[in-house]
Amino acid sequence: MFERLPDATTEPVAVTIDGAPFEARAGDSVAAALLAAGRLASRTTPASGAPRGPFCMMGVCFDCLVEIDGVPSQQGCTVAVAPGMRIVTQRGARAAEDPSS
Amino acid sequence: MSKVHDVAVVGAGPAGLAAATTTTSMGLATVVIDDSPSPGGQIFRAITTTPLRRPEVLGRDYWRGADLVRPFRPCGAEYLPATTVWAVARRGDGAFDLGVSAGRPGARIGGFFAARTLIVAVGAIERPLPFPGWTLPGVMTAGAIQGLLKSSALVPSGSIVLAGAGPLLWLAAWQLTNAGVRVDRVLETIPRGRLAEAMRHAPGFMFSGYLARGLDLVRTVRRRVPVVEHVEALHASGEGRVRRLRFAVAGTWSEAPVDVLVLSHGVVPNIHLPAALGCDLAWNRERSAFQPVADAWGGTSVEGVFVAGDGAGIAGVDAAAARGRLAGLAVANALGRIDGARRDAEASKPRQALAHALRGRPFIDALYRPAEAFLRPDGETIVCRCEEVTAAAVRAAVRTGAVTVAEVKAATRCGMGPCQGRSCLHTLAELVAAERGVTPADVGVPSIRFPVRPVTLAEVASWPAHAVAGAREERDAGRP
Repeated sequence: MFERLPDATTEPVAVTIDGAPFEARAGDSVAAALLAAGRLASRTTPASGAPRGPFCMMGVCFDCLVEIDGVPSQQGCTVAVAPGMRIVTQRGARAAEDPSS
Repeated sequence: MSKVHDVAVVGAGPAGLAAATTTTSMGLATVVIDDSPSPGGQIFRAITTTPLRRPEVLGRDYWRGADLVRPFRPCGAEYLPATTVWAVARRGDGAFDLGVSAGRPGARIGGFFAARTLIVAVGAIERPLPFPGWTLPGVMTAGAIQGLLKSSALVPSGSIVLAGAGPLLWLAAWQLTNAGVRVDRVLETIPRGRLAEAMRHAPGFMFSGYLARGLDLVRTVRRRVPVVEHVEALHASGEGRVRRLRFAVAGTWSEAPVDVLVLSHGVVPNIHLPAALGCDLAWNRERSAFQPVADAWGGTSVEGVFVAGDGAGIAGVDAAAARGRLAGLAVANALGRIDGARRDAEASKPRQALAHALRGRPFIDALYRPAEAFLRPDGETIVCRCEEVTAAAVRAAVRTGAVTVAEVKAATRCGMGPCQGRSCLHTLAELVAAERGVTPADVGVPSIRFPVRPVTLAEVASWPAHAVAGAREERDAGRP
């Protein structure tokens, strides 16, 4: 559903998406990397469980919320990929952390 | 925390770059704070970093952005890219404290910048084009598609349909097809007869720079892509992502497969920061949008706060740069760096550029005025993407007694999600007005407060004590 133009020149950046390795490119946001990996949907909503994916790509809509390096509900379109970054699509609301754990 | 800048410019698009270049040339200590990792704003996004090799893909107007970035780089402004302003507080001495945050998830660092004046140049956001199914994955805005192209050389593939109205729709179609992407259809949502209405503004348009550029672009797209005009309804569907699009022309529905549906419905000012600062907002009837009230220099109702660029009212890139320069001159004058005569003399060139840039706008505004069906949706169409509030729910709340936008918000949660109403605010105001038989100017500007971005408790805890005291005084004084 998205493909890289052949004239793209930037360096590869190795990340994981839901545990699977993926080669993003320098300059990609997390949301761009998800789309490049064929993931149009990156989360489900807390309200109804409906699937959502990147929509505005400029930090306005909050539809591309994902877990990044263990931190949930991050705006994927505003965070640049970095080597070794762990990107996890999320379901519903973020779980409350158990303070006793 | 020690240094107080003369001016903080928020945003590094055409207006912010021009403003900062102007204020630094006047010897003012300037800090530029921008969300994006590189200068240029949305229109010139990634202009210094784009991996695209062929300049003809994005077109000459994109590369002109280099003329704004080039003088900015050595201008001496302190530049904070990838940094978000989430709150601003007025200090006892009249200066502003800006709370900013930056860094990787889990390791965000909060900080403060103090400045005697503010130039808010935060640009525009895309006007929503709501219809059933517009929240499905695979439905994206034209700005999103352009951003992916500029920053990452990523293009949509499969069955691609563009829908909506406005210059950005044509520009996105032109850029995608320049890149070799096959676009199945462009569906234009301008109602029948609109061109004739807009023609009364044609003389100004003929003498603006838009005519030749715009016509050439539209003609090229029409040669490359089938265009369906006067589309009056859209309906997207699919399991897990968008798969099908139905569209109606003159009451007749057609269906097309779609993998990526690109929407463009024009842009509206990004008002959250000026609104939270307490700047008066007004409803612009010609552009169906809220915008900050500002004088000819961008001065707002709040002393020391100036607005410039599309965030001050939609007028396009050339006007944005001109207004950035004017705001910069006004700040230099307000801080006593130049007298009124010098300010006015320096302003003559940007004023000319602004007048030229505005000449074609009435025609464009009239031609691309959003169609009723998409401005004021009905039924199960989602208005608030965050809280999944439907048009029917908003309309029902008004029928059962909610009068203002704020009351409908409280009754339905419309606008209370993480995007803080950015996506739904204009639709909400239009719906409340329609149900009451008044204009959006009459339904009350929604209250927008700091923080204007979701922040962590750690960031809030770093907020200085005098700012907290200021908020307490405001509360005790009974200010809303």
